[in-house]
Amino acid sequence: MIIHIKACTDRTYLYNNRSISHVLAVISSATCNWNDFYTLRPEPLTLQVITFDNCGIYCAQAGIYIDPWKPVAKAIITHAHSDHARAGMDAYLAHEHAVPVMKFRLGADINVQGLQYNEVIMINGVRITLHPSGHIWGSAQVRLEYKGEVWVVSGDYKLQQDGISTPFEPVKCHSFITESTFGLPVYQFPDVDEVHADINTWWQKNKAEDKNSVLFAYALGKAQRVIQHLDTTIGQIYTHGAIDNINKIYESTVGALPGTRRIDQSVNRKEIKGAMIIAPPSAMDTPWLRTLQPYRSGICSGWMQLRGTRRRRGTDRGFILSDHADWPQLNTAVQETGAQNVYVTHGYKSIYSRWLQTNYGLNATEVETLYTGEALDENLDKPGDESVQ
Amino acid sequence: MKAFSDLFTNIDETTSTNEKIDALVAYFAKADPQDAIWCVALLSGRRPKRTVKTSELWEWSGELSGLPVWLQAESYHIVGDLAETISLILPKNTSTNDFTLHEIIDRLAELANTDEPQRKEYITNMWLQMDQQELLVFNKLITGGFRVGVSDKIITKALAKHYHIDENIVAHRLTGSWEARNNTLTILLSSKDSATDISKPYPFYLAYPLELAPAELGAVDEWFIERKYDGIRGQVIVRDNTLFAWSRGEDLLTEKFVEFKDLVQSLPNGTVIDGEMLPMKDGAYLPFHVMQTRIGRKNVTKKALQEAPFVMVCYDLLEHNGSDIRHLSLAERRKMLEDLLNAAKNIQPDLPLHISPLINCTTWDDVTAERLRSREYNCEGLMLKRKSSEYKTGRRSGDWWKWKVDPLSIDGVLIYAQRGHGRRADLYTDYTFGVWDGDTLVPFCKAYSGLTDKEMAEADAWIKKHTLEKFGPVRTVTPELVFEIGFEGINPSPRHKSGVALRFPRILRWRKDKATTEANTKEELLTLLKIYTTGTGT
Repeated sequence: MIIHIKACTDRTYLYNNRSISHVLAVISSATCNWNDFYTLRPEPLTLQVITFDNCGIYCAQAGIYIDPWKPVAKAIITHAHSDHARAGMDAYLAHEHAVPVMKFRLGADINVQGLQYNEVIMINGVRITLHPSGHIWGSAQVRLEYKGEVWVVSGDYKLQQDGISTPFEPVKCHSFITESTFGLPVYQFPDVDEVHADINTWWQKNKAEDKNSVLFAYALGKAQRVIQHLDTTIGQIYTHGAIDNINKIYESTVGALPGTRRIDQSVNRKEIKGAMIIAPPSAMDTPWLRTLQPYRSGICSGWMQLRGTRRRRGTDRGFILSDHADWPQLNTAVQETGAQNVYVTHGYKSIYSRWLQTNYGLNATEVETLYTGEALDENLDKPGDESVQ
Repeated sequence: MKAFSDLFTNIDETTSTNEKIDALVAYFAKADPQDAIWCVALLSGRRPKRTVKTSELWEWSGELSGLPVWLQAESYHIVGDLAETISLILPKNTSTNDFTLHEIIDRLAELANTDEPQRKEYITNMWLQMDQQELLVFNKLITGGFRVGVSDKIITKALAKHYHIDENIVAHRLTGSWEARNNTLTILLSSKDSATDISKPYPFYLAYPLELAPAELGAVDEWFIERKYDGIRGQVIVRDNTLFAWSRGEDLLTEKFVEFKDLVQSLPNGTVIDGEMLPMKDGAYLPFHVMQTRIGRKNVTKKALQEAPFVMVCYDLLEHNGSDIRHLSLAERRKMLEDLLNAAKNIQPDLPLHISPLINCTTWDDVTAERLRSREYNCEGLMLKRKSSEYKTGRRSGDWWKWKVDPLSIDGVLIYAQRGHGRRADLYTDYTFGVWDGDTLVPFCKAYSGLTDKEMAEADAWIKKHTLEKFGPVRTVTPELVFEIGFEGINPSPRHKSGVALRFPRILRWRKDKATTEANTKEELLTLLKIYTTGTGT
């Protein structure tokens, strides 16, 4: 086998985001397995508007990071989940609906500027706009254009419409950075309306048996979309404090939600009967939860697609409801960008980039990041993380 | 089919035993009678013969889904279940079939005599008429194995509830081998007595591990203390001048135990003995691996018969002169068993049935001391049985206890990890451990269990961050984590790099306090081997 490598700088050839000198070192060593080198291909001779370094996704021309995981001067935040919006940046830029949550979570004194979708800002010749990513309310894809070269950092996204978030908007680009949380063909999510109907049927059934229904959902995003689709004629909806905090921000920023009641000191637990209770996953196995007995529990997550994960959770029901793109959505999104270069981040990244190369003939590269995608438990990495040291 | 697949989903969606029972009862109430018996057969592990190859399923589902082979393989490694993976990657359809469960099972059986194109036509055609839930169940029918958290106890309870029959009777009727094809539950459960099937064993009474202090069991003299032998639990049956030997897994092993064939002469008809089958030579019981080798053989050679002759250590009599005596006290049953064996020995002096000796203990301290001597006898520990106890069905607490010796243990370093299956799909939970041989780590055992869910998740996350290389589903990790591995026995094994094979290895604890340099060595493992295999003639 002969690999043709044209004269190039060390940065322009990448294998698994490693430099060519590293690749050559592996090739020359005895442990090289040629099958590993399907991804070895020259980077196209395009302008590297975005690079990846140990602080995050970087646009050198604009001097700005996107979702950095270490403190930097300027950061654009795609959305307010904790693995994307971290503390310690000198200045933040985010969608205006994400700003109140960021202030709530990162501190009221952070220096943050809110933008609307499609609002243009220019930094040192780089034209930057935000576009809806459909992940949660206030989530955005970041489009960066410099000298006619367009890059899109999509953060987390989904194409499904959840009735809360501004729907995903495909953005044409040359280079697309995509997550791959559910980048495996076994993840093909059911119709959302069916899942919402299932949740209501479940609640109704539990209520008929004099049991409460406890649904575990992420406080930011998932909880609001779940509440939005609950059938309030069935009964009363209660919330855990962590959920209620975010609900209040949603209502003052975006719009009204169905009426819910926060479980605090003023609520007599005996009054909570046949109710729906929305709680964050961190409330599982806590004394707080035990005061709500008798109850049945359910969890809303894309991981519930697999029987194994469903049974492992120890909740009674698993509802397949995710704020991430499943396999068909990822493929649609990537194709609609028209991008020739795709950088695959957090998730089944090696599998998904191989698929993009072999099936669509794209220049797909895995990129190591610290994003965690959809975790089942806030303290744990998500099950599908494919990182290799 | 729809009804059965709904049942499967209902059971799968609950962790409550009562809800599982209710779901089964509701199913029995409305199911086609031939479907209902198949349901019981499948859930109790009586799977029909496999007629379609795995490779064929991959090929056909690959064609329908348009996915390349490598991607199917990656998907399978992550899902950890063949039937489920295929059900998830096939194109989505709505359910448009109304075949009954038994029709489908019969059609699948007929595929045995067909060519690939016919098999393909049937299977792919069916795939296109099913929704996802049915696809999973259908694929499980093809591949066998319905592990859905339904124990025999749950099935028994549900049938007892639906048919208003005593649970013990239901359990007995369900034991042994029976055909689901062209049969119904009404026929199976209403057989007048065991005479309809002379081979039928009784449901085994199983002991719980002793977790309280033995002194809490009351006076020692109310208990029989026996050794817990490390063999195959089984029943020997003589009825109508025919011998049957059953294992606890309800496999009919009569052919494997040639030594027992003369029992037809020495035991009266209508005899069922419960005991432990194991090899014995020169008055000593041989270790488990000797028996495994013997059982594994298709044909029992003369040499094998000489090297590992089987006996049964008998500890209970369930049927005497054709009557079921399980309701009598253990003391009475044991007396009858002793008399029976003595009489048999007069007819057959080399009788391969031995009475399980009682250990004479006057205090619980004696019992405690005897337990510690278990390994000298190649035994796993002690059995404590209340003298007044009836012979019950299934695992019950109160009258029978097993009190095993503490496992042997060794500290190993995690070197490889693989994703688990079923409940552990997509989590790295199957581990290979190494011990030091000079400055390299030699793999010495695999272990799958012993960690809590929380530890498993923690180890999984660690493994994903500390992977050195991937070989298909297996990852090598940086050797950093030390685990204490417990095991019941240690045997020589030329097939393993370490030279030993462990019995029942499992993780006792994650030794976060230990550095890898503190893990044990191959030499220490071989020393254990020397200590625990001396005197057993192997």
